[in-house]
Amino acid sequence: MNDMINLSRRSFIKSTALVAGGLVVAFSIPQAKRFMGVANAAEAMPLPAPNAFLRIGADDSITVMLAHSEMGQGVWTTLPMLIADELDADWSKVKVEHAPAAPAYIHTAYGIQITGGSSTTWSEFDRYRQAGALTRALLLQAAAKQWNVPVAGLRTENGAVINGKKKLTYGQLVETASQLETPTSVTLKKPEQWKFIGKATKRLDSAEKINGTAKFGQDVQFDGLKVAMVARSPVFGTKLKSVDDSAARQVPGVIKVVKVPTGVAVIAEYYWAAKQGREALKLAWDLDGHDKPDSAALLKQYQALAQQPGVQAAKAGDIASASKQAKHTITAEYVLPYLSHAPMEPLNCAVKISDQGCDIWTGTQMQTTDQAAAAKILGLKPDQVKIHTQFLGGGFGRRANPRADFVSEAVEVAKAAGLPVKTVWSREDDVKGGFYRPMFVHRATVALDQQGKPLAWQQTLVGQSIIKGTPFEGVMIKDGIDATSVEGVADSPYVKGTANHQVHLHSVQSDVPVLWWRSVGHSHSGFVMESLIDELAHASKQDPLAYRRQLLKDHPRHLAALNLAADKAGWGKPLPSGVFRGIAVHESFGSYVAQVAEVSVKEGEVKVHRVVVAIDCGLAVNPDGVKAQMESSVAYALGAALSSEISFKDGQVVQSNFHDYQVLRMKDMPKVDVHIVASKEKMGGVGEPGVPPLAPAVANAVFAATGKRIRRLPIGDQLA
Amino acid sequence: MKLNINGKETDLNVSDDMPILWAIRDVAGMTGTKFGCGMAQCGACTVHLDGQAIRSCVTPVSAAVGKKITTIEAMQEDKVGQAVQAAWQQIDVVQCGYCQSGQIMSATSLLKQNPTPSDADIDAAMSGNICRCGTYQRIRTAIHEAAAKLA
Ligand code: FES
Ligand code: FES
Repeated sequence: MNDMINLSRRSFIKSTALVAGGLVVAFSIPQAKRFMGVANAAEAMPLPAPNAFLRIGADDSITVMLAHSEMGQGVWTTLPMLIADELDADWSKVKVEHAPAAPAYIHTAYGIQITGGSSTTWSEFDRYRQAGALTRALLLQAAAKQWNVPVAGLRTENGAVINGKKKLTYGQLVETASQLETPTSVTLKKPEQWKFIGKATKRLDSAEKINGTAKFGQDVQFDGLKVAMVARSPVFGTKLKSVDDSAARQVPGVIKVVKVPTGVAVIAEYYWAAKQGREALKLAWDLDGHDKPDSAALLKQYQALAQQPGVQAAKAGDIASASKQAKHTITAEYVLPYLSHAPMEPLNCAVKISDQGCDIWTGTQMQTTDQAAAAKILGLKPDQVKIHTQFLGGGFGRRANPRADFVSEAVEVAKAAGLPVKTVWSREDDVKGGFYRPMFVHRATVALDQQGKPLAWQQTLVGQSIIKGTPFEGVMIKDGIDATSVEGVADSPYVKGTANHQVHLHSVQSDVPVLWWRSVGHSHSGFVMESLIDELAHASKQDPLAYRRQLLKDHPRHLAALNLAADKAGWGKPLPSGVFRGIAVHESFGSYVAQVAEVSVKEGEVKVHRVVVAIDCGLAVNPDGVKAQMESSVAYALGAALSSEISFKDGQVVQSNFHDYQVLRMKDMPKVDVHIVASKEKMGGVGEPGVPPLAPAVANAVFAATGKRIRRLPIGDQLA
Repeated sequence: MKLNINGKETDLNVSDDMPILWAIRDVAGMTGTKFGCGMAQCGACTVHLDGQAIRSCVTPVSAAVGKKITTIEAMQEDKVGQAVQAAWQQIDVVQCGYCQSGQIMSATSLLKQNPTPSDADIDAAMSGNICRCGTYQRIRTAIHEAAAKLA
């Protein structure tokens, strides 16, 4: 990672130009790997000018352009740290902006502009450091030219080039630097030279987020911008039959009522009028003969499918003959509900269409996808659509939609209204609006030998595919298997470590829209695998930690996390009376996370007192950011494990707001202790990998406390 | 309708039943106060009405006539608010930040009524404020920190 990087080979320097406000260093790196099915996006779109990661102002300001969205995970701080280290920047002069949607900002691995898959830091680790290093080299050359001395005698420090007692700040060098040729190679620093990377660093977006000035999509306002709310069908996949909007139009503040493909939009001066106007609509939907999902019926259907062969996702050896040697055979069925992301900021998107094109202000995790969708609706070229990414009031996957749902709808509304409009969702719209973590049923049969080692492992998964029907289908579904459905099972070290195994998948068709929810397939597979392992340990009368250590003996990164968590939690040591431990370890997004939950159960109520977390994510660029993401993951996953569920009755979503779609609150927040494995291994992500082990760690502790095995989430009132 | 927002008499052309939240955000154009649920379930819209933390999404403007509305935008001028904001920065509480205006308004109100809250007091006062990013542990620490600084 500290080698001389030959930019002429690895990178392609596009231009160096002086633009308004300073020096722009621009380059892009050829895509290493593209799997999202839009491989030609970069080639197909013209390059914007300027194409940039970094801007130095004559006032010494250093503006870092983020190719990724800040949604709480801290990239607003982490990516600037990468640049600052290579640039020897004055940290107090660093400013940050979201980049526009443009080919320069295409993900280095995924081929589209996306913030997802817990990938920002590792995927930008080279690119942002190179941007910093390249700029520093240019500034050194500029100083050498200004002083008429060789570069070799100069050094950089805290935002300035230094020559003995003389000093030129970066801002003073901008003009000269802009006239120079960009270097074709740079040497990146060695880890021992880093001042920022690897050190706990305070967030750069803290001040504006505590005084109310941070701008989220919801906060976008300008003269002439109206507010819209859309009435959507109560049953997914059904269409509007008729609308009587006469009362709605009478509501003071309502400007227009228009039809859009997703329903009927009420456009008003402000939210309150739009909401009242929408309530006054008389709507009829074409529900006759349409499939109406019902949770009880879905469960029966999934359970039946789980006992039939599906599409094969993994296979080795011979299950049937191996099972004959079994000492014990365990069969278990696990059930996980649909889940809503429920980001704190309800969805919204402001759109202004003009003669030149279209401007969109929103919090999105997928800029180029939204851009392409808007362009298609309006008959524009993608570069005529400008995406102004605002802070995201949470994403968790909901703002990364291959179908660009809320952006497309907002564009349709603005187009139909002929006005600049911000489409706003209520919380009810969000909870009822679909794009859920799909419901899943897993059925597993594991045959154990005398020592409790798995001889044969058969597992069948039933659930909707997230990818099917999206533009990513061509690349992300192989041989009928959506990799995101079976991740964490088909590639599980337990399954692959069992000589005879078989994983099958049924991808159920439904009109219920589904999407990736923080940790995607691992959000169900982590729970199932780590609960099952606990069942196997119990069946073979072994300590759950010792049992895992044995099965994972050839998986050093799993073991490192497991051992660190167990050690810090004092596994095996006495606990206060009534408190019990559960443990789990799971790899996802390239990181390995183990958790020990300390739980008590009183009168059917589960109380989680403490969760000890250990993570091996390779290099932790901002260790405090890693800790924050582990705390966040525990809270997000615990709320879901204890109480969140989207269910259907007569085709309609039962839940509507936070009173019945319950999430974690302060009173249920456990103490979270986070430990980072000192690791020189490959970097992984941190936004999601803390989620999968939480539910099984808690459920395993519940088993230790009560002897009741939790095979269905949420835990809800199962212990009552 | 005349409303006193952060010490300023403000004349807003709104109907009696409009929630304070929307009057502040959409009509007065002050966007620091957030919308999260619209039914007193999440606390994102918390403001102070004569010093009491209220959910502005369910409180009509008519209830604020003759009273003082205080929002996040005024916390920098409030001694307790300042201490809370400083503690928030010191502990690096925020993540996405969307809930934090409401968290700070609730925490400030708590500390004004109870300068040395216990964990149980914090649970009771803060459980109406949802944070989907799960910053609760740091909020708890920051409230204790602010209490210590103010003592
Ligand atoms: S928006 Fe008022 S409590 Fe949620
Ligand atoms: S910081 Fe994101 S919801 Fe609280």
